[in-house]
Amino acid sequence: MSDALYYKSARELGELLEKGELSSVELTRSVVERTKAVEDRVKAFNSFDEDDALSQAAESDARRGNGESLGPLDGIPVGIKDVLAVKDQPLTCSSKILADFISPYDATCIQNLKQSGAILWGRLNMDEFAMGSSTENSGTKVTGNPWNLECIPGGSSGGSAAAVSAGEAVVSLGSDTGGSIRQPASHCGIVGLKPTYGRVSRYGLAAFASSLDQVGPMGRTTWDVAALLQSISGHDVHDSTSYKIEVPDYLDSIEQLKGKKWTIGLPKEYFESASDTASIGPVNEAIAFYKSIGCEFQEVSLPHTEYAVATYYIVATAEASSNLARYDGIRYTHRAEKFDAKDSVDIYCQSRAEGFGNEVKRRVLLGTYVLSSGYYDAYYLKAQKARTLIRRDFEAVFQDVDALLTPTAPGPAFKRGAHTGDPLSMYLSDIYTLSANLAGIPGLSVPCGYADGLPVGLQLLGKPFKEEELLAIGNEFESAHSFKDEHPEL
Amino acid sequence: MEYEAVIGLEVHVQIKTGSKIFSGCRSGFGFDPNTLVDPVVLGLPGSLPVMNKAALDGIIKAGLALNCEIPDYCKWDRKNYFYPDSPNNYQITQYDQPICDGGYVEIELEGETRAVMGSHRKVKLTRIHLENDVGKLNHFAEDSLVDYNRAFTPLMEIVSEPDMHSGAEAFAFLTAIRQTMIYCGISDCDMEKGQMRADANISVRPVGQKELGAKIELKNLNSITGVKNGIEYEIKRQTQELKKGRTIVQATWRWDADQGRTELMREKEDAHDYRYFPDPDLMPVRIDDEWRKRIRSEIPELPFDKQRRFIEEYELPYSITSVLVPDRGLSDYFEEAARKAPKSAQAIGNYVANDLLRELSESSTALADCKMSAANLLSLVQVVEKGVITKQIAKDVFIEMFNTGETAEEVVERKGLKPDFDDDQVKTWCQEAIDENPRPVEDYRSGNEKALNALLGQVMKKSRGKANPQVVQGLLKELLG
Repeated sequence: MSDALYYKSARELGELLEKGELSSVELTRSVVERTKAVEDRVKAFNSFDEDDALSQAAESDARRGNGESLGPLDGIPVGIKDVLAVKDQPLTCSSKILADFISPYDATCIQNLKQSGAILWGRLNMDEFAMGSSTENSGTKVTGNPWNLECIPGGSSGGSAAAVSAGEAVVSLGSDTGGSIRQPASHCGIVGLKPTYGRVSRYGLAAFASSLDQVGPMGRTTWDVAALLQSISGHDVHDSTSYKIEVPDYLDSIEQLKGKKWTIGLPKEYFESASDTASIGPVNEAIAFYKSIGCEFQEVSLPHTEYAVATYYIVATAEASSNLARYDGIRYTHRAEKFDAKDSVDIYCQSRAEGFGNEVKRRVLLGTYVLSSGYYDAYYLKAQKARTLIRRDFEAVFQDVDALLTPTAPGPAFKRGAHTGDPLSMYLSDIYTLSANLAGIPGLSVPCGYADGLPVGLQLLGKPFKEEELLAIGNEFESAHSFKDEHPEL
Repeated sequence: MEYEAVIGLEVHVQIKTGSKIFSGCRSGFGFDPNTLVDPVVLGLPGSLPVMNKAALDGIIKAGLALNCEIPDYCKWDRKNYFYPDSPNNYQITQYDQPICDGGYVEIELEGETRAVMGSHRKVKLTRIHLENDVGKLNHFAEDSLVDYNRAFTPLMEIVSEPDMHSGAEAFAFLTAIRQTMIYCGISDCDMEKGQMRADANISVRPVGQKELGAKIELKNLNSITGVKNGIEYEIKRQTQELKKGRTIVQATWRWDADQGRTELMREKEDAHDYRYFPDPDLMPVRIDDEWRKRIRSEIPELPFDKQRRFIEEYELPYSITSVLVPDRGLSDYFEEAARKAPKSAQAIGNYVANDLLRELSESSTALADCKMSAANLLSLVQVVEKGVITKQIAKDVFIEMFNTGETAEEVVERKGLKPDFDDDQVKTWCQEAIDENPRPVEDYRSGNEKALNALLGQVMKKSRGKANPQVVQGLLKELLG
């Protein structure tokens, strides 16, 4: 429990700002001071710019003073995963290959945040190019889990989750390609939402796997996450895969949908494998809670679940091998000092060998392999077919239920180094989350308890473009419990 | 043994659009290096391509003009390869579902003389697809620098079947494509500016053999003439090799236009694996009948159709049409005048093909900036036909009109070129000429018809060139009995 400003929710802070009882400069200073106090232990940030944040805050205060507030996020510090382009700010993707890159342009979601008056705060650490589940694959630093600094914060949006959990940001933006928002949210005891594919523009999000990537909000409450989602959602002419569909009023929807008796599915394939995991206790208690408020549960089947991990790692690595080809040592990336000047291929080889970490190299190799002639049909084409079947599984169950409830991850945060020698076992930490990316549906992780003294989240999966339903369902649980007010000791 | 060549061409044509193929960044030629760039063109992290509709319109138009099928559905694929001129190290192209399928190009081979139409035939196309152009590498002593201005210019690749057999056919093929593109306003096809580029695949086989010989890909063909010369050289080289009993090995050669010969670039095609896969950033494109109909309605009459019509409708000689038709502006200019006076079409055609072109070129004026309107040209033709001025004087009037933009009547009036005498006066001059020149008179009377010209010259002199030579000739004959 804490009364500190930096642990208040965006909703409370917004009300204080609106009433004139708090200035954005005071709030931002509180977050900055908190960051300076704990950052040497948490290591959530690749970089931050205190002066820039405070000057944004001063502008916000001036707007509010003139009665020109831009809405509930005006003046609220939002941490930014270091995978999103912010004009004149570094964009490293936690990779040595982009160590010196400054973005000359804003991502669309960043533009939207600026129009909401949010204070853009820092560049948050991540697994290099969002490839990983522990943030240990970062090329810059190793982020600790604020609940136990020897544990990983999850990944790839580990910095985004840790910063919010540690009070170093009120809310943050992450990106989710296979669980990279939901899994670290679960591990750090916060709320994280992966929106429907196409809900949020990907323009300015450095691509890992284009058909799976989605930018999403992270925060300490469902309301905060909803407010952030509101700001960044909508069609964008710069992203052909962003969807032309109306964006509902999420904050209003949470209120409107309160008390609704939801029909919730429990995918038997997930629970079969989850039955002996550490997450199952808190998740079962959450199910009992929902039953107690009148929700109806059904066991459902997603028969192609067993193919999800293989399908995911073929599709994601194939796209990544092509997306990361632009980091070549020619224009704006790290260039090796020594290379054979007579051989242009050598610039690529040396620069990429020095600039990329092992996991990135592993995935680029894997992706290159599955796209190679002679293997394309057996791997990539087959994976696309499997992907269609997985999506149809979800379409079928959503005929009968409003949402699915599952654990977010097999267990709580593990110790640093526990899986680094065995990439396959690391890949399995996304076993409950990555199907949502393959199917393009939204997924929300909400704190639901503890295992081994560390937070555990429950995952809600929903129908395409029905984020408001997931937020409303999550909000029911959150409102009846005190997890949102429980913070790590630092 | 007799040998024959089989040739296929891959022609890249830039589509003239205001902005680039996958972003709103301006497209153009001749700007300072790396000024026509934006996050998409430079392949910055997070940038995404968005399809330029004008580029799609352009290639659909090209496809319809070249008789292709435009399927209802096409998609975008990534062709992965590393090269410094490629911002993303993949090109966005169309692998297995191009926007234009099949088709053919009507070509005309050279006739026996310039006055005779050559034979026509159809060269089959495989496909036309759309892709992004790449940047340009500039090599210096120590460094190579890349200019990305050209990157992401919309680029069509027109692929022919192996359906040509000579350099002349390839020349005709490229000329026909170029003219069609210019006519449709799709591209200016200026090869010096890289707006059109061609590679040739050439193989030679014994006549009668079904299988194709080993394929030589010929690059560095920088002009249409270069394509012709390069192919002709390569056919000769391969044929000689075969006659010597040697085998041709599949390889890439380059044409050296200065040396006038081809040279080996790469022995064996590097086993490139482009790892094509559908681009997840771009949606497939659906094309419906309405879209096809709209574009079809924008296609103008194509060059060969126009030429056939000019010959039939206006009875123009082939030689005049072959000057007019390649230039759509010139053809339109001609027809604007000819439509109002179809019977004078040949005279109009002559003026346009000879006098107008000469004056335009001597004054380095573009037709669009020409002061002399088609209506004015018609006024000149009509003044001559009415016998107001002679054809000889009309030549000077033309130049005057070209320079000032006046009508023929205005020039004739201003310069006092209208005859200021009547027929009796002409008769008097004729009589005077006969009286003053007994020698030619004698010659004429003794049967030398040509002697009349000396007398005619005298009369024209007296009339300061304004008398109608036909009338004078008649009068002289009459007076000389």
